[in-house]
Amino acid sequence: MNLLLKFWRSSIGKKWLVATTGLALLGFVIAHLAGNLQMFAGAEKINAYAEFLHANQKPLWVARIGLIACFVTHIVATLTLVRLNKAARPHSYALTKSVQAKISTKTMAFSGLTVLSFVVFHLLHYTLRVTDPRFKLTSEGGLLTSTHDVYQMVIMGFQNPLISGFYVLSIGLLSLHLSHGISSVFQTFGLESKRSAKWVPAAGRLLSAAILVGYASIPLAVLLGVLK
Amino acid sequence: MNLKLKVWRQKNSTAQGRLVDYEARNIPEDCSFLEMLDLVNEDLLARGEEPIAFDHDCREGICGMCSLTINGVPHGPSETTTCQLYMRKFKDGQTIYIEPFRAHAFPLLRDLTVNRSAFDRIQQAGGFISAHVGAAPDGNAILVPKTEADHAMEAAACIGCGACAAACPNASAMLFVGAKVTHLGSLPQGQPERERRVLSMVQQMDKEGFGNCSNYLECEAVCPAEIPATVIGQLNRDYASALIKDSV
Amino acid sequence: MSLSLDSKIPAGPLEKKWERHKFESKLINPANRRKFEVIVVGTGLAGASAAATLGELGYKVTAFCFQDSPRRAHSIAAQGGINAAKNYQNDGDSVHRLFYDTIKGGDFRAREANVHRLAEVSVSIIDHCVALGVPFAREYGGLLDNRSFGGAQVSRTFYARGQTGQQLLLGAYSALNRQIAAGSVTMHSRTEMMDVVLVDGHAKGIVTRNLTTGEIKTWAADCVIMATGGYGNVFYLSTNAKGSNVTATYRAHRRGAAFANPCYTQIHPTCIPVAGDHQSKLTLMSESLRNDGRVWVPKNKGDARPSHQIPDAERDYFLERKYPSFGNLAPRDISSRSAKEVCDEGRGVGPGGLGVYLDFADSIKRLGEDKIRERYGNLFEMYHQITGENAYQMPMRIFPAVHYTMGGLWVDYNLMSNIPGLFVLGEANFSDHGANRLGASALMQGLADGYFVIPYTIGNYLAPEVGKRPTTDHPAFKQTEAEVRAQIQRFLSIKGKRSVESFHRELGLLMWDHCGMARSEKSLTRALNRIPALRQEFWENANVPGENESLNVSLEKAGRVADFLEFGELMCFDALKRNESCGGHFREEYQTPDGEALRNDDSYAHVAAWEYKGEGNAPVRHIEPLIYENVKLATRSYK
Repeated sequence: MNLLLKFWRSSIGKKWLVATTGLALLGFVIAHLAGNLQMFAGAEKINAYAEFLHANQKPLWVARIGLIACFVTHIVATLTLVRLNKAARPHSYALTKSVQAKISTKTMAFSGLTVLSFVVFHLLHYTLRVTDPRFKLTSEGGLLTSTHDVYQMVIMGFQNPLISGFYVLSIGLLSLHLSHGISSVFQTFGLESKRSAKWVPAAGRLLSAAILVGYASIPLAVLLGVLK
Repeated sequence: MNLKLKVWRQKNSTAQGRLVDYEARNIPEDCSFLEMLDLVNEDLLARGEEPIAFDHDCREGICGMCSLTINGVPHGPSETTTCQLYMRKFKDGQTIYIEPFRAHAFPLLRDLTVNRSAFDRIQQAGGFISAHVGAAPDGNAILVPKTEADHAMEAAACIGCGACAAACPNASAMLFVGAKVTHLGSLPQGQPERERRVLSMVQQMDKEGFGNCSNYLECEAVCPAEIPATVIGQLNRDYASALIKDSV
Repeated sequence: MSLSLDSKIPAGPLEKKWERHKFESKLINPANRRKFEVIVVGTGLAGASAAATLGELGYKVTAFCFQDSPRRAHSIAAQGGINAAKNYQNDGDSVHRLFYDTIKGGDFRAREANVHRLAEVSVSIIDHCVALGVPFAREYGGLLDNRSFGGAQVSRTFYARGQTGQQLLLGAYSALNRQIAAGSVTMHSRTEMMDVVLVDGHAKGIVTRNLTTGEIKTWAADCVIMATGGYGNVFYLSTNAKGSNVTATYRAHRRGAAFANPCYTQIHPTCIPVAGDHQSKLTLMSESLRNDGRVWVPKNKGDARPSHQIPDAERDYFLERKYPSFGNLAPRDISSRSAKEVCDEGRGVGPGGLGVYLDFADSIKRLGEDKIRERYGNLFEMYHQITGENAYQMPMRIFPAVHYTMGGLWVDYNLMSNIPGLFVLGEANFSDHGANRLGASALMQGLADGYFVIPYTIGNYLAPEVGKRPTTDHPAFKQTEAEVRAQIQRFLSIKGKRSVESFHRELGLLMWDHCGMARSEKSLTRALNRIPALRQEFWENANVPGENESLNVSLEKAGRVADFLEFGELMCFDALKRNESCGGHFREEYQTPDGEALRNDDSYAHVAAWEYKGEGNAPVRHIEPLIYENVKLATRSYK
């Protein structure tokens, strides 16, 4: 705890917290994707997976609390750093020009905050199921035959092009966020050498692209009628 | 060639500053950027105005005294420092913005002159090896493999100009601090104070009000000494490991 | 008070003098050191190392520099390296050989004892710098690497890429930083020394101007150390930094410090030629380039073909031809003059015919481009930046330029001037290089003075001075401060039409033409006629706008140029009265039939130290004879 506080108190320490929590969140993003892709394996498979996750409440909640902690730390530490960074340049240039900064880098705060708003919606939508009256058991006036009929719920959700659109856009921004974030983790952890500096950013972008393709494939498949 | 200049003029640290338009006429192409400003200043003096104050000294790219953000880029389109920027890099009739290095930690003194003593204070916090005069062993007593010596030299080449902080959207000085930490940390002589050094230098860096690295890598792009951004990674790693060692 | 030039050279055999002197020097116990306050003006190699070392010993040090940080001092620009008699290469080097090379390189115009001490401490400098973390070049096995340098036949030069001066200065700066953090040194940057304060004939303080606010302030101390560099900028165009100036040493001279051998100015053979009238300074290419580059011009006058079209048979590798045993590594003065000669013959290359080729084609063929890039990459890059030419593909063009000044304030063996309590270190003093400095010896001398000499010798002055430090309330401080203020007021009230810079430019050209690479009685007399007139015009027509109470670059410049305008005259006097040619002083009247410098050891084997006699009065020349007991005065031959 004392060590965590020490990290929190310095600028570089906060970067370490951002990177570490970012890495954990990346892990979640990948695991979540692996789960989601079971949509293509059929309703039984993914519904069984959902049932398995919810069978054990204790580990589930440990994971959830961990994730929430990472999420909050990631955001609060970043916002604190952003505030300090703004204060470090109180007078801006009349003419600004960047030499090699990437668009992904310049939009980190924007992409991050958009993803945050998406996450809130996504939780309300599929986890808490408060935005769509159909996501309730038939006994409660909804259309689901079982609490774990995730398959049905996802299909119904993504058939709405607005929701699918927002989803794909957010995943796109998440991918942009990650394409900077992944190589940044290497830099923050000091793992970057001159040699790796050449391939790490490319590998980061590749992984981000793969994540984008993976996630976006589901709503697109729904809209195109591949999944129904 | 003739140029239109927009130069930041500010009487002193507290006065209100503004961009003032000047014309630079009949500038030879093989004139350096600072020599162009010399000519403009001669013009101003002839008209009874005060010359533009800007920092410069060695004019050969090594002392790190010259600064200037030219068209939004510290040291402008030079591959090194402003003093090594030649007018052949500009087009006749071009408009050139000339602004001081901007950072909270570099308070402005006058016109284009800023106070970079924050860098000195960071070095004072720990950018040294404590060696007593007279107590050193023979220079060859400690062998330093060529690759390590070269690595140290690459980082030691930093000229302390401050372009890194001026270019960084966060006004971060981490390339500067990383260079020193990497230089001394790469040598066997630098090991005993390695942890102490990085902790105190970072503490001072934060105290001076520099921002933090967001990996824009603008610093690396403008650095006249070609310090690679990997020194920031080294700084991050050394710092975390020192923090952990310090706690256990 | 008559001027006394007692060199205080210790008795005994040459090799034992320094050891003996260290033993006989007065010690100050650690508890008492705290009671002494020492002012250090200038924080380049010599000043920073002195301030750091004295601080470490426990003295209370206050240091000043006019730059924004001690790390900017012009020592930083030294490229090639630093000599030391380590004999790591097993090629026959020794302390005695370094001593002899330095004496001979200086054309037998330096003190034996000082030079021997320099050679002795050279070895400790390397050890100390390594300990400070200076990243000297290494061999693959981890040992320190060496290169050879002009004027020597052994490899004794230690280097850090082409940035040795930078790395050594940053080393000294880091040592200084450690003391600043420890509280033993207080540093004031952007602060210029305006005058030295004498109390009962002793240097006991200084007057400074804060270059940001214009605040004039007095500082009292037990002694004053000046390490303020050389006066090469009297020529306006030189390889010195724009800010380098003679003000500190010249104002001390006005207060009574003897100025020794001001006519000894070193012209460096490998600079980038002048491109036009706008030029504000000259850029040096490290002499180390001569290790792998061959210097040549076309054999035929007016040969305008591009270099690659001139066949080998029609090239004149004039240094190799004239000096077969040293070839391209002939000492600086000789190489420079040879270049001037071939250009005077109309065989120069580039714009205006003021340049010679420095060709790397053979070395690139022999070692490969990568090796050359590794050794000189940054220099080739710099050359490209400035000229737009790629020296890997075509030869560089070089021309001599003013680079270093061997003259300086006169000091004794303790490095104290004839003003008690005023010590002078580094390029600012005259002591170790005689009439010509060897390559890679400036860094050595600056650090020797600061790290290893002054810490021992300062005690000789300080020990009996305990408790004698005046306060700044002393009338001498008030008086000097008033004079400084009056001078500033005088600058500001001229309100003339002509910029200070243009006066400096004119003086520089005058000095270069009349007191430059070659001088004659005629040219010097002409200069002595014209300088007072220029000075008068300066005081009547200089344009110094603004006020004292702000950052005022014109005012800073005015003070420095005013001093150069007086100092230039002193230089010409010295050059005129030295009726011989030696090292960096070449009088056209005194040369051998084949154009080599002709020394006159019978009449001029001495130091000329000048005494200031008031504005408008001719200075008085004093003599310190140079006694050679260990070397035979020979004609310097590099053939």
